Amino acid sequence: MTELAIETSGLRKEYGTKIAVQDLTLTVHRSEVFGFLGPNGAGKTTSMKMLLGLVRPTAGQARVLGEPLGNVPARAGVGFLPEHFRFQDWLTGREFLRFHGRLFGVPAKTLTRRIEDLLGQVDLLDAGDRKLREYSKGMLQRIGLAQALINTPRLVFLDEPTSGLDPLGRLLVRDLIVRLRTEGTTVFLNSHLLSEVEVTCDRVAFVKRGSVVRQMSLAEQTGGMEVILRLGASDARLLQGLARFGRDVHSTPDGTAVGVSLQVEGEEKLPEIARWLVGQGTDIYSLSMGKKSLEALFLEVMGEDERPG
Amino acid sequence: MNGILTIAHLTFHEAKGRRVVLAALILGAAFLLIFAIGFHQIYQDGVANNHLSIMPRVEQRVGLGFVAMAGLYAVNFLVVMMAVLTPIDTLSGDIRSGTIQTLVTKPIHRETILLGKWLAFWIILAVYLVMMAGGVLLIVYAVSGIQLPDAPTGIAFMLLEGTVLLTLSILGGTRLSTLANGVTVLGLYALAFIGGWMEQIGSLLGNGTAQNFGIITSLLVPTEAMWQLAAYHMQPPLMRDVAITPFSITSVPSTGMVVWAVLYVVVMLLIALRQFRTRDL
Ligand SMILES: Nc1ncnc2c1ncn2[C@@H]1O[C@H](COP(=O)(O)OP(=O)(O)O)[C@@H](O)[C@H]1O
Ligand SMILES: [Mg+2]
Repeated sequence: MTELAIETSGLRKEYGTKIAVQDLTLTVHRSEVFGFLGPNGAGKTTSMKMLLGLVRPTAGQARVLGEPLGNVPARAGVGFLPEHFRFQDWLTGREFLRFHGRLFGVPAKTLTRRIEDLLGQVDLLDAGDRKLREYSKGMLQRIGLAQALINTPRLVFLDEPTSGLDPLGRLLVRDLIVRLRTEGTTVFLNSHLLSEVEVTCDRVAFVKRGSVVRQMSLAEQTGGMEVILRLGASDARLLQGLARFGRDVHSTPDGTAVGVSLQVEGEEKLPEIARWLVGQGTDIYSLSMGKKSLEALFLEVMGEDERPG
Repeated sequence: MNGILTIAHLTFHEAKGRRVVLAALILGAAFLLIFAIGFHQIYQDGVANNHLSIMPRVEQRVGLGFVAMAGLYAVNFLVVMMAVLTPIDTLSGDIRSGTIQTLVTKPIHRETILLGKWLAFWIILAVYLVMMAGGVLLIVYAVSGIQLPDAPTGIAFMLLEGTVLLTLSILGGTRLSTLANGVTVLGLYALAFIGGWMEQIGSLLGNGTAQNFGIITSLLVPTEAMWQLAAYHMQPPLMRDVAITPFSITSVPSTGMVVWAVLYVVVMLLIALRQFRTRDL
């Protein structure tokens, strides 16, 4: 069995004269969370639909879980949450999951357990016997997610899974993706919202006007952490001193305080920096660290010429 | 096969959830009730007249047979509507709403989904037809003791007529929007309807052109021809000579037309499967 969950080369989709996807060439490894990022209209949904056999490519090849596109039995191992959907809203949450489980061929006994487990995971246990037409948008998104996981897939496609969710809902989705990764599930995630993706994705591809412009591993790209400080005051001597701990030291006035940022190797630098600053007698208002913002990277990759979709 | 049944099961659920079945049952029951009252009234009048005046027994039977056929003709229209309208939205609606995307990405063939839906609506149609036509026949028998000659064959032809329309409605749904599909299928039905009348009148007047026109439309859409066959098998023998009515058939469609109708359903279903299999969703 191949190590790749998805492998595509030169996938292309034209709708009449409109080119929705120009050249999709990418690889997704097993058990990784793969972020497919790009602005609206970049061709993310169309790409996903080709991989799912919903849309026929105009050209190119692909393998999903080692099988060519359109292989029906292989779909037993694939889950999918569409971007826009209206589910069978005359069903209750439990009936809905049962129906989709049956279509996947999940045995009845396993299914009952799986349904309760998933309802718990998406926090809908108490709403399971209500009809979907009574669900809020966020609840629909979450039951949709449960539907995508009902067959315990090896590969799950999520098209904008956090759209329509409030912050708590987004947190839930993020935790779910993290959980899937620890279970070894491959996740292919379309998103134009960058903040949640940042923390969940192992690798990302940036897509722009139908072409993948960059593929990279997030851990490797950020290559370290960003430290953000708010200090009482700073001068050239202090900034020079900080440069011993990392690189790209920048300072900007921030109200009465001064904001300072720098790139460091790892988080073990943080207490060292704090000790040194205290030793210098500098007031510290805040001290935090995080990965380099994916948003900054996104804008960099997309370039100046990209306009809001 | 398992997949077909699962889809059919969901489709029943959907028809129930969308109150299609309920509406059909309530209106059907109302129709039968009104028919029963009306038929009973006419029978009573006839009996009363018979005592007082000289209305012959035979003529009364013909009159009642006429009313019975009119009832079946109304059922025919209801069945036509059910056949066209119940599945009109099942594919185009799911495609529009995106529901279909969660179905066709399951490990089942697209053909299975289409056949499952077809089967569910066909069963709903058949049950509805048997209930309504059976209801009319039962009322007629209970009130007057009149039995129409060959009701089972007649009902079978009506079912074939409905099956043709149902299959066309499903075929349209694979590519057309719900509205365009409805306009098209009902338009085709109207064409066959007027063609059927022209054939009847043509044969009565010995006008070959009109007759050929009717035959061509029947080949195009073999629905009215199936109703004519149904009417031919059910009508009381004496009625054939009365006049031209929608159910006193002068020119009976041939067996070839029946074979064609069955073939037509199969071919339309195959085209629908192909259209649905190859389209982007
Ligand atoms: N069925 C279709 N017919 C014509 N154009 C389409 C169709 N689907 C998508 N497109 C076009 O293809 C482009 C990519 O769309 P999409 O894949 O939905 O982008 P994304 O998901 O990244 O927002 C858009 O410009 C869109 O208008
Ligand atoms: Mg999209």
